[in-house]
Amino acid sequence: MALHIVVLVKQVPDTQNVSGQAMKEDGTVNRDALPAIFNPEDKNALEEALRIKDLWPDTKITAVSMGPPKASDVLKECLYRGVDDAVLVSDRGFAGADTLATSYALTCAILRLGPCDLILCGRQAIDGDTAQVGPQVAQKLGINQLTSVCAVREVTQDTITVVRGVETGYETVRSAFPVLITVSGAANDPRPPRAKLVMGYKNILCHAEDNYDESYIEPECALGVEHIKQWNMASIQADPERCGLSGSATKVKKIENVVLTATETKNIENTPQAITGLIHELVREHILG
Amino acid sequence: MQESGNVMVFIEHRDGMPADVSLELVCKARELAHALGVKVEAAAIGAGNAYEKESLGRYGCERVFAIEHPGLDGFTSVPYARALTHVISKHKPQIVLFGATTTGRDLAPRVASELQCGLTADCTDLQIGEHKSKGTVYANTLLQIRPAFGGNIVATIVSPESRPSMATVREGVMPRRELDSWHPAHVMYEEMAFTQADFPTRILEVERKEKTVDLKKAQIIVSAGMGASDSQALELVYELARILGGVVGASRPVVDAGIVPKEHQVGQTGTTVRPTLYIACGISGQIQHRAGMMEAKRIMAINSDPQAPIFDIAHYAIVGDVKQVLQHMIKAYKDKG
Repeated sequence: MALHIVVLVKQVPDTQNVSGQAMKEDGTVNRDALPAIFNPEDKNALEEALRIKDLWPDTKITAVSMGPPKASDVLKECLYRGVDDAVLVSDRGFAGADTLATSYALTCAILRLGPCDLILCGRQAIDGDTAQVGPQVAQKLGINQLTSVCAVREVTQDTITVVRGVETGYETVRSAFPVLITVSGAANDPRPPRAKLVMGYKNILCHAEDNYDESYIEPECALGVEHIKQWNMASIQADPERCGLSGSATKVKKIENVVLTATETKNIENTPQAITGLIHELVREHILG
Repeated sequence: MQESGNVMVFIEHRDGMPADVSLELVCKARELAHALGVKVEAAAIGAGNAYEKESLGRYGCERVFAIEHPGLDGFTSVPYARALTHVISKHKPQIVLFGATTTGRDLAPRVASELQCGLTADCTDLQIGEHKSKGTVYANTLLQIRPAFGGNIVATIVSPESRPSMATVREGVMPRRELDSWHPAHVMYEEMAFTQADFPTRILEVERKEKTVDLKKAQIIVSAGMGASDSQALELVYELARILGGVVGASRPVVDAGIVPKEHQVGQTGTTVRPTLYIACGISGQIQHRAGMMEAKRIMAINSDPQAPIFDIAHYAIVGDVKQVLQHMIKAYKDKG
């Protein structure tokens, strides 16, 4: 069974581990001090794609990321785990894109890849937490979507059955291909990179596909993928008006750094006496029963 | 009644009842509509007879547009998006609000993509105000306020050039108030033809998971952060919650690490809580956490790091080993007589 799976991955600043060094003196975050990481739930999406390929080795997986050239790091991580192709969608004209413009550019890239059966992506990215790009890509491709998936139950030649985690519990749902699925962190434990693939791909380069430099000599690469394809706005035939800032419906009007507001704080000593005193005070005030 | 430019709320239903978050949003919509001098409308999509749609008037909704079809019994993306896009295109609201639930977060982006309009996720406040850009003044624009970047910044987002402005809001963020005197909402059924192709998702099984914890209603919450996430400390957190008659909360890293189930998560991406007493154990107090608990009446923070940001919003600060402090507290409460 030769499925074609596209996995959408994003490089994000590690907002979950804002350490002391990343805080400036005024109590705000120094973004440059945050490490760039593979968006956690995109790794879960990649893992689901790899599991399907484990079952059916004929499956072709293409990893696609949109971002600056440095975002090729997450595509390398995909290659280290066994994807068959990697595409970096990168253009200065994409800067400032909201989810509408991002989903448009990703859709153009997916269309250039040709027909695919399954598109997998993380439920949401930790920098924006919007969970919008997946459904918006599905809408633009005119295909079905299943979001917040916490388990893949069954994959057949033409359908996929998954479990969605919802507020009231779980829903087992089935869709025919093509379908876009957003995967939550509960779905799996992503596999580590394979040493052989790390060795093979650690020096892989990005190639702008449409102004190919003839003088460039391909490095010997026995592993299959010769380079990370780099596509710009023109290579995916994207309308510049629908990309980046001009293609974004939402605008940021104002950004305020959250500076901690002081409350009147009573310092309580860590001694049995002081803590007993506090408990008694709270009981007197009917805060504790 | 005004025919377009109103404020619309997508009404989600659960167990035959409108979801709490939808009613909260109708209340917020009332406020926004008042500022704009327009009306509140609702879009109700389902298999029919789920609840008395007229009763949405209790919260200030004047018109309900209903689309009913047997295939719309459970939520699936494609037909719901088609139905809602139809209602929005026909009635042209200027604002559409959704609960930031698994349903709202699935439906709203698909509809926004179809209508090519702006959508802001997880707003913590919505206001009507002015926006100036490149010499153009947009009066009466929806100002969508949300924490971003892991909660370290607060952004005000506008989408003045596309209509409608759409936003999602989490449950519990907006207060819910019934009107003292109200009129039943006027329900209008919209005709729409569906074909088999509109239902590409088959719901095979629905498994109910009883809520084991209700953070929103809790008066006392004892919350564990990474500084109280080893088994010994966690045991003490659970014990303190039990003897105080409270419930256990947790910060996002503890939930992400799989130590405490997701339904215990307090914060911007978890549950927003307003207890009488919030005891933060080993929680550093990142903004995304604080956004979800800073309205607690009293905040007690226990942390070994005197620089932890949580202390800045705490009414009671205890610097020390979390386990030791919890042991002292448990003993003090048991001995209080």
